Amino acid sequence: MQMVAIGAIASAIGIALSYWIHWFPVDAAKQDKPIDTLYHVLMIVSIPIFVLVTTVILYSVWAFRMRPGQESEDGPPIHGNTRLEVVWTAIPAILLVSLCSYAYGVLTDIEQTHKDELVVKVHAVQFAWSFSYPQAGGARVSSDQLYLPVNRPVRFDIDTQDVIHDFWVPAFRVKIDTVPGIVTHLRVTPTRLGSYPIVCAELCGLGHSVMRSTAHVLTAAAYARWLAREQAPVSAGGAGGGGAAPTQAQLIALGRQTFTGDSGCGACHTLADAGTSGTTGPDLRAIRGQSQAEIRQDIVDPNARIAPGYQANIMPPSFGQTLTAQQLDGLVAYLASVSK
Amino acid sequence: MIVKLRAPGWYRAGTFVALGIAFAYVLVGIVRTAMHFDNPWSDGDAVTIVSLIAAPLFFLVGLGCFDYWFYWVAGRPTRPDDHSSHGAHSWKDYFRVNTDHKVIGIQYICTSVFFLFVGGLMAMLMRAELAQPGMQFVNSQEFNGLVSVHASLLIFLFVIPIFAGIANFVLPLMIGAPDMAFPRLNALSFWMLPVAGTIMLLSFLAPGGSFATGWTAYAPLSTTMPLGQLFFTIGVQFAGASSIATALNFLVTIITMRAPGMSFFRMPLLVWANFSTSLLVVIATPFIAASQFFVLLDRALGFQFFNAFVGAGKDGSVLMYQHVFWFYSHPAVYIMMLPGFGIVSEVLSVKARKPIFGYRMMAFSLIAIVILGFTVWAHHMFVSGMQSWIRIPMMITTAIIAVPTGIKIFSWLATIWRGVLRVDTPMLFALGFLVTFTCGGISGVMLAMVPFDIHVSDTYFIVAHIHYVLFGGSLFTIFAGLYYWFPKMTGRMYDERLGKLHFWATFIFFNVTFGPMHLIGIQGMPRRVADYAQQWAPYNLAISIASFLLGLSTLVFLYNMVVSWRLGPRAAANPWRALTLEWQVSSPPPIFNFDAVPTVVGGPYEYGIPGAVHGIFQSPAEAKPKPAGSVATSPTTE
Repeated sequence: MQMVAIGAIASAIGIALSYWIHWFPVDAAKQDKPIDTLYHVLMIVSIPIFVLVTTVILYSVWAFRMRPGQESEDGPPIHGNTRLEVVWTAIPAILLVSLCSYAYGVLTDIEQTHKDELVVKVHAVQFAWSFSYPQAGGARVSSDQLYLPVNRPVRFDIDTQDVIHDFWVPAFRVKIDTVPGIVTHLRVTPTRLGSYPIVCAELCGLGHSVMRSTAHVLTAAAYARWLAREQAPVSAGGAGGGGAAPTQAQLIALGRQTFTGDSGCGACHTLADAGTSGTTGPDLRAIRGQSQAEIRQDIVDPNARIAPGYQANIMPPSFGQTLTAQQLDGLVAYLASVSK
Repeated sequence: MIVKLRAPGWYRAGTFVALGIAFAYVLVGIVRTAMHFDNPWSDGDAVTIVSLIAAPLFFLVGLGCFDYWFYWVAGRPTRPDDHSSHGAHSWKDYFRVNTDHKVIGIQYICTSVFFLFVGGLMAMLMRAELAQPGMQFVNSQEFNGLVSVHASLLIFLFVIPIFAGIANFVLPLMIGAPDMAFPRLNALSFWMLPVAGTIMLLSFLAPGGSFATGWTAYAPLSTTMPLGQLFFTIGVQFAGASSIATALNFLVTIITMRAPGMSFFRMPLLVWANFSTSLLVVIATPFIAASQFFVLLDRALGFQFFNAFVGAGKDGSVLMYQHVFWFYSHPAVYIMMLPGFGIVSEVLSVKARKPIFGYRMMAFSLIAIVILGFTVWAHHMFVSGMQSWIRIPMMITTAIIAVPTGIKIFSWLATIWRGVLRVDTPMLFALGFLVTFTCGGISGVMLAMVPFDIHVSDTYFIVAHIHYVLFGGSLFTIFAGLYYWFPKMTGRMYDERLGKLHFWATFIFFNVTFGPMHLIGIQGMPRRVADYAQQWAPYNLAISIASFLLGLSTLVFLYNMVVSWRLGPRAAANPWRALTLEWQVSSPPPIFNFDAVPTVVGGPYEYGIPGAVHGIFQSPAEAKPKPAGSVATSPTTE
């Protein structure tokens, strides 16, 4: 009886404590509440079970431990008790099946589809994220950070150019692997303005721990403004492609933007001018005095020449395909300009 | 000298390793010449890969693992009672091919403990790096390498083989057998282990560093990594072959070599546990072998199993790797846990002086775990992008597998209830196991719940969970078992005070190390990262300090074991007053275990029944008329 009372008090304290602890990151999406609640329900169920086991052990050690003089004594030869065994088979089974049904409900809830979903394509490459927003007429807006309007359901279509990564926004509670060869999906409805870290959660190579980006949740108006601003340079560039060639200054500016942004060069390479400090690849002070052709080869065919102390097959060999011709020209021009 | 080189042993093994590498070099050269490759005689990668396969096999031949079989194959007169390689008379006998299951058991245990310390030191290095955000001691290649080698060593060269080692020593004694069914196969299984461990450790010397993809070695990352990756791919094959052969050996031994009178329901639960584990190993381990052969073929020969970007139809399947891998690696969790359940059952019953509560349910729940264990693998893949419907059945089976596990926990609690508890070191570790493993089990059920798993998979919550299961679960039972059978194995008693110090230090610092990881995982810290956000700095510093103290606590264990083995007081044959057969012979046991074949006349756990015995050392004919302890023939009360 004493034990039951102690157990009940300990469970109550445990459950109170589990509420008091600040477990989760900030709630920033509609998916958060159901998952957080599920966790708290699991804690409410689990704590009494844990307390039961611990209390029985502590009480047994206290009450039944061998006293001096009992060295040759044995306990009573109890071999079992069918009723008790049925109880501790049936109750956990019922409990677990109910928890599964509840979890299934939560799962359908958080993965609900919506008609007016905003589609955002997420691209992963060792070791950077990029995002593109399909626009009417086949155009796209690209960004190396994620911008989302608040309260609008979003569907992410996620792909990868090399290995498995995992797209995770802890503040949204959901994650999914990026799988070579298939497009995976994730649904989120952001509900809170602010900026939240995007994390790669699947070990993807040397730069795994620096493969990060940021998700910005904006008001609908601010999102529209951002979209309009992003569309502008793209259309200007498109027009430029058809007409006059961009000036050297434009090329260099585009190159710098490419370096620090989308393609993620800075995640691995240190370059003072760009303000990046990655250490996975060589410090780019090393390219001083190299020709533009050599720099271009280093980007499109990184295994052709490996800097001493570094290995082949670390830098993705796909930049020749993933960067536009103009971005590549810009990058080469920019790197040549800063390493003179 | 020539004689030494011709006799089985280390000189011949060394020579054969050199021969193996030469063979690999020539083979690669000839094949590459025939294929008209450039530089046929100077491709280091190819020679290394073939050497990794050939040199260990040559080593095993050189050491003498195959001598008897070659002798037989060559048609020379066989020697049915050849015991020339049986038993140990000096320490040197532990370093040669030995067919005595007791020697092999100790070889297994010492080798595994060595890898425990190596793997533990790697954990210390990782914790040193993680004590502060930013990079201090190692670079990211080295960190990922440490993560991977730490896990691989502790899984494939510590937890799995040390259970095989304990069972190797104890199990034949427990069932009244003179040895394992296949002693020479047993010796071969053991010697594949140091080979596997050496290969994994050598990976640090490979150009480009050790394998660094985690122990899961997910393709296509693993198929595009530098050479070090293949040291894992090939090392695992040797560890896997070793455990398959041992498991077969256990199965045959248990099925065919039980003493007269030992029915299945008179077997001690450790025997049941190893029977179930061996079933898991025999069925599941070929799958990890397959997954790593796929990687080997992809990486070495360009088969493109897992390449979804290149090839005829761009049809490499990345998810297939994970399915095949986890079809082994989830049962592997039970391979690493069921023998521990067996150890805990022995310890709790003997130390509480009570029969195991619900013996039959304990045995059936083991079998239930074996069967259910094969139906849950995809719960490791809830966020892998596989077909989403698979998640639901896998969630339900994963939750249901907690039922047999719960039966075991509650039955253990009922076993100690109203006993006369000897709270010494093995008992403390067994009770500590109940607490920590319950934690690990509960977080396991939480992880089964798909929506919660979507948030915490690949975070420190997972790190906490697996350490509560494999450290708080497996390692605690291993410590319990090592202390419990130490007198039997060595003939000496360990130091009880140091044992208790070891337990309390381990228990406290284990919880301080891994407990907070649940929290930082839910807060969003991913696993397998060398660097992390500032907000987790205080937690990580505390975790690192606790982990160093946890590391130090194992030195108490090591000191206790080494000093007690040499200088401890002599142990009696049966210091724990246990009923099972291994305690009815001298400590350490005689070279062929039993002078007379024992006859089993009752259950293994009949404590509290005056005059009850489990086995008697008389011929069956004499034993039958007067079945001592006949009250105990049925282990459950009807």
